[in-house]
Amino acid sequence: MNEKLKRITHYRLFLPLICLALVLLVNMIKTPTFFHLSIKNGVLYGYTVDVVNRASELVILAVGMTLVVASSAGTDISVGAVMAVAGAVCCYILSGGAVSVNEYHAPWILGLLAALVAGTVCGAWNGFLVSRMKIQPMVATLILFTAGRGIAQLITKGQITYIRVESFKLLGANIPGIPLPTPIFIAIIVVLITSIVLKKTALGLYIEAVGINPTASRNVGIKSKQIIFFTYTFCGLLAGIAGMIATSRIYSADANNIGLNMELDAILAVALGGNSLGGGKFSISGSVIGAYTIQALTTTLYAMGVSADQIPVYKAIVVVIIVTLQSEEFNRYMRKFSARFAARKAEVAK
Amino acid sequence: MKLRREKAFNETTFLLTITITLFFAMYIAGMIVFKNNGFARLQVFLNLFISNASLIVIAAGMTVVMITGGIDISVGSFVAMSCMMLAHMMERSGYGAIHSVLIVLLTGIVFGFVQGYLVSYLKIQPFIVTLAGMFFARGMTAIISQDMISIKNPMFLSWATHKIYLPFGGYTNRKGVLVIPYIYPTVIIALIALVVIWALLRYTKFGRRIYAIGGSETSALLMGLNVRRTRLFAYILDGFLCAIGGILFCLNTCSGFVEQAKGLEMEAIAGAVIGGTLLTGGVGNVFGSLFGVLIKGTIETFITFQGTLSSWWTRITIAALLAFFIILQSLLASSKLKKRR
Repeated sequence: MNEKLKRITHYRLFLPLICLALVLLVNMIKTPTFFHLSIKNGVLYGYTVDVVNRASELVILAVGMTLVVASSAGTDISVGAVMAVAGAVCCYILSGGAVSVNEYHAPWILGLLAALVAGTVCGAWNGFLVSRMKIQPMVATLILFTAGRGIAQLITKGQITYIRVESFKLLGANIPGIPLPTPIFIAIIVVLITSIVLKKTALGLYIEAVGINPTASRNVGIKSKQIIFFTYTFCGLLAGIAGMIATSRIYSADANNIGLNMELDAILAVALGGNSLGGGKFSISGSVIGAYTIQALTTTLYAMGVSADQIPVYKAIVVVIIVTLQSEEFNRYMRKFSARFAARKAEVAK
Repeated sequence: MKLRREKAFNETTFLLTITITLFFAMYIAGMIVFKNNGFARLQVFLNLFISNASLIVIAAGMTVVMITGGIDISVGSFVAMSCMMLAHMMERSGYGAIHSVLIVLLTGIVFGFVQGYLVSYLKIQPFIVTLAGMFFARGMTAIISQDMISIKNPMFLSWATHKIYLPFGGYTNRKGVLVIPYIYPTVIIALIALVVIWALLRYTKFGRRIYAIGGSETSALLMGLNVRRTRLFAYILDGFLCAIGGILFCLNTCSGFVEQAKGLEMEAIAGAVIGGTLLTGGVGNVFGSLFGVLIKGTIETFITFQGTLSSWWTRITIAALLAFFIILQSLLASSKLKKRR
């Protein structure tokens, strides 16, 4: 019995799944309508659909963040700002510089590609600083964290650029005839492609090796710098995709609010997914579950009437608890404590 | 040992020299470009200090933490929280100005203690801890009050608007009125704090320990220093300085609202880095950070004098400068490594 329990609790996705179950349980008690689904005009509605839909950007970011954390033991805190840049670039190209347009000034696909390129370039800049210049990842990405929104404002000239075209909204809403919102499918596609590439090629193994010991992996013949550079560039690309979804949802480029506070959510998703923030071994599925958990938590807090400004407090507390539980010092202390407790118990038994 | 020290000294002075030269070059360039707008007046120079008084103190705290090899990105949010606390306590809860200020200082110490404990005793990455601190403080600001509170406490306002006139540098303006340059008490507090921190880092055992653990934690440990406690105290000192910075910020704005002081952490880090503090720890000087902050102030003054540029240019320029200095540091570090080999 004890053996079996141990095997279950040591299962990698144990913690993230427990967290998700906990949040859902709270919801079941607090808001009984949480699991209700209804169909209006051939579209599914309900809290759960909303959670899965809203979590899409976070899932995409969490995938990129997982790889960055795994390869460099640092986090990319510029993802939120990069989302804003991607959105701004896309809207600038589609609107041709005007504040609000009712038709495209350039083909839609061009705007999409430009946004993805913008995200990739931002990621490459971060990757360059981290891998070539050997700057601590968080400090290197701090540059874009601050400058990013400034650049986005520069592109949109400080205004919110609206694209009032129906087809622009498709990426963030429902495609006619399909009951689920598009972002869900994009998130699934991103997760699937990434995990297939990581599983079928040696890339996943390389990333883990570099994260555990960059010097040793270089001696083995893995190009550590290139691997780190690649993870940051890929993270930038995914931030670009997430930025496109966020932009499409509100059919406008709002430089100040797109992707706001997303970096903390993404880091939280990675940590909650059972990944060590110290690099090395990683699990994409854990991060994905973590991302859905966080979105469920956010939606729960909204449902309980907490305002958007106040939510960071609860998330910050969750982050601190998780990293404390993960920290080696704390575990050592707990082990010492439980050993002492067991010794006392044995003494009493005597 | 002596040789090593000289090397570190050279590195510091090299970065510091670049910074100070850059500042004076920018300022003189400004005097030439905006000659007709009165850029050369003493008051414009003093305004640099008046508008950046809180940032000077916060950058000093950031420098202390960065010398230990850590970082604190919660400062901007903490400033917003302390402003909101001051505003709420004085306007809504009926506390006196002195009591409110004392409570904010105490909060700073507690905040620094919690962050320092997590960083030094539980060995969690400083960035993660202070990132959580940043979101916590910003969210807490919203929990205290979601709408803007203006401070009308007469005592607090009298502190904020008390002008101290300088005995020199006066000039007559176009209307023939004598204008005497002035500063606010905030500038004096900021400069006193700066000198105290400088002396603390340079002449006390605590200060030397901070440099020691930043230079090499293992060596410091082997020397018998209490690395954990020193690091904890560094964060407590940083929290205290942030609280002072928050109060100075509040004296400048006289209000509290959720979006206040957004991005201040970046300006403080940029100030410290531009001023020659190494991100890897062990090297740094609070006076360097002062010049880093003054450079940022000069860029802002340029933008105001120029008139047509928008405010986001400040952030972009600061980020560009930060990138430049970080890359410079990294190149210096790699060249040093090569020499050693």
